[in-house]
Amino acid sequence: MPKAATETVVKGGTVVDASGSRAADVVFADGVIKAVGENLDAKTVIDASGCIVAPGLVDLHTHLREPGREEAETIETGTRAAALGGYTAVVAMPNTEPTIDTVEVVRDILATAAAVGSCEVYPSGAITVGRKGEHLAPMAEMARAGVRLFTDDGSGVQDGGLMRRALEYAKGIGVTLAQHCEDNALAAGGSMHEGAWSSRLGIPGQPSSAETAMVLRDIELVRLTGAPMHFLHLSTAESLAAVARAKAAGLPITAEVAPHHFTLTDACCCDYDATFKVNPPLRTEADVEAVKQALRDGTVDAIATDHAPHAPELKEMPFDQAPPGMLGLETALALVLELDLPIERALAYLSWQPAEIANIRGAHGGPIARGVPANICVIDPSAEWVVDARSLASKSRNTPYDGRKLKGKVRHTICGTPTVLDGMAQQ
Amino acid sequence: MKHLLGIDDLGADGIEEVLKTADTFAEINRRAIPKVQALRGKTVVSCFFEDSTRTRLSFETAARRLGADVMTFSAASSSLKKGESLRDTVATLDAIGADAFVVRHKSAGVPAQIARWTESAVLNAGDGQHEHPTQALLDCYTLRQHLSDLHGKRILIVGDVKHSRVARSNVLAFSALGAKVKLVAPQTLMPPSLDDWPVDVTTNLDGALDEADVVYLLRIQQERMDQALLPSLREYSQLYGLDAKRAARLKPDALILHPGPMNRGVEIAADVADAPNAVITEQVANGVSVRMAVLFLLLNADGDLLSA
Repeated sequence: MPKAATETVVKGGTVVDASGSRAADVVFADGVIKAVGENLDAKTVIDASGCIVAPGLVDLHTHLREPGREEAETIETGTRAAALGGYTAVVAMPNTEPTIDTVEVVRDILATAAAVGSCEVYPSGAITVGRKGEHLAPMAEMARAGVRLFTDDGSGVQDGGLMRRALEYAKGIGVTLAQHCEDNALAAGGSMHEGAWSSRLGIPGQPSSAETAMVLRDIELVRLTGAPMHFLHLSTAESLAAVARAKAAGLPITAEVAPHHFTLTDACCCDYDATFKVNPPLRTEADVEAVKQALRDGTVDAIATDHAPHAPELKEMPFDQAPPGMLGLETALALVLELDLPIERALAYLSWQPAEIANIRGAHGGPIARGVPANICVIDPSAEWVVDARSLASKSRNTPYDGRKLKGKVRHTICGTPTVLDGMAQQ
Repeated sequence: MKHLLGIDDLGADGIEEVLKTADTFAEINRRAIPKVQALRGKTVVSCFFEDSTRTRLSFETAARRLGADVMTFSAASSSLKKGESLRDTVATLDAIGADAFVVRHKSAGVPAQIARWTESAVLNAGDGQHEHPTQALLDCYTLRQHLSDLHGKRILIVGDVKHSRVARSNVLAFSALGAKVKLVAPQTLMPPSLDDWPVDVTTNLDGALDEADVVYLLRIQQERMDQALLPSLREYSQLYGLDAKRAARLKPDALILHPGPMNRGVEIAADVADAPNAVITEQVANGVSVRMAVLFLLLNADGDLLSA
């Protein structure tokens, strides 16, 4: 006979989900929400007073580095960082070694995540074999193993004809393609945004048009094929404007932006610190404003971290040789709260809208209601803290926010069971 | 000043101080035994991660004439080839005992990175497409020998500005001393943005020659054809090469400079390079005095210049 599960109540908080906000307690047991209402009690109490109780956050763009680059991050450390950041689900990018381009790699990652993960891991698959942009990867087979999002992230599919076929094929099997928008010929050799700073610093740049040109091409391919498409980490005013026009025309397009693209500019590269090297690169003040505006007016659908751990010795290479990417999982929420968006909108970008894009709604992104899986984060919006690169849960240290004072911290994360309690990761 | 990473570390006053100090060393360099002991007991590491014979020899000569010990680090035969990181290399050289790092690297910013990792002084001897401050200082020194004051003087910098660390340092140094700098290059060899650069710009060399007091020619590299930045060296030479015909249109006392090594027949015609108003070998000679001045100011600013 199964033992009766111990019930836990998340008590005293304000519940926020896609349906709005209300004061309520939440009781869960066995990984499922049992009751939502006022003055609920249970054997175990998790204090949520003064806090927001929301569906767990969903990151569409996480590099877990396992398999292949375990010195930078593992599924265990990356998901722990995610849980501490309030995430109950992350979509793992396929640029591992080997690439996630076969069902075997998908299954390995799912098995490891089930064994050691602090949140759920949804592997994305590569569009092309080895992310080389030449042959289609076995998308249907990977889809049967649960993959819903396919991307060659890190290298956009350059061949327009191949991208067209990929979109048509994906549409037929009901999955979504996500593009890292960059025209390689225009971006060639560029290590930062091309502009006043790159010219002054003598660092070869990549122009905004490298991103925008690819966005424009892919919008036309969506128009041609009718297949849905998700744009990863958009960073330029022009590409956001193009997405707004395409959405107004009714095309099935979604888009994400990353916190570093609304908090940092290319001026951060002035000391040649490769911590600030990322792809797409940090852009200008005007682009930062455009990203913020896109979040205010709903041009974009999600905020994704592009959490990209790199070992310190790689980030200490000369700027033009160091790999691009920065940590994001543990700082994203607080940076979003700094934007002063209505809380329902901020959480829409971090939780239920990305859950929709990842096609995992039902398991993640709420609602907070009876019978729904207990994937919840409890946020203290007034808690102030200072980012300390050395105390992050990620195995790497490449946060661009070291020493920055932030407001808003995850107090508890529940992914079936508590993965973070009082700000501490649970083993 | 702790390091010399770029011309902005000096400012106009700092440049003047270097030039004045270089005068003293130029006098020493004319002696029968051109050597002092101002940096005796100091160790200067010559850290050339990118090959350069001219600049390396100039720096090493400068250090030795000041009585410093010189440790030569050659990237080609070093631990870097064995996979050692830049930071570990710096720590190793520091542990052996370095007072100054003279750094040349093909990537912009490496001297700035090294300056974060060491207590020693760091001198930028050329980093990628960023800066080459001692080249600019020796160019200023050379110009001052002939023009006494650069205020209001019109200087053309002609050629591959986009990829040139020499151009970046010289724009800053010449303008700090009051000169009016004009960049002359095809659009493909201009930096993508010139916002905040204290310069005028033209793609037309012939239209700019008459007014020039100085023509500073940059080296053009074959690589730029491969990158489709130029159709051919021949076409470049036709539009931007300083040949005898163009040189004849200059003011009679206009000076011609080149940081070397020259491509005779491409950016500069052979007879122009050898003309009396071309001061290219003076630049090289002045390089030693100027680098002595910089090393001295960084390592022994309070010391006695001429102590034996």
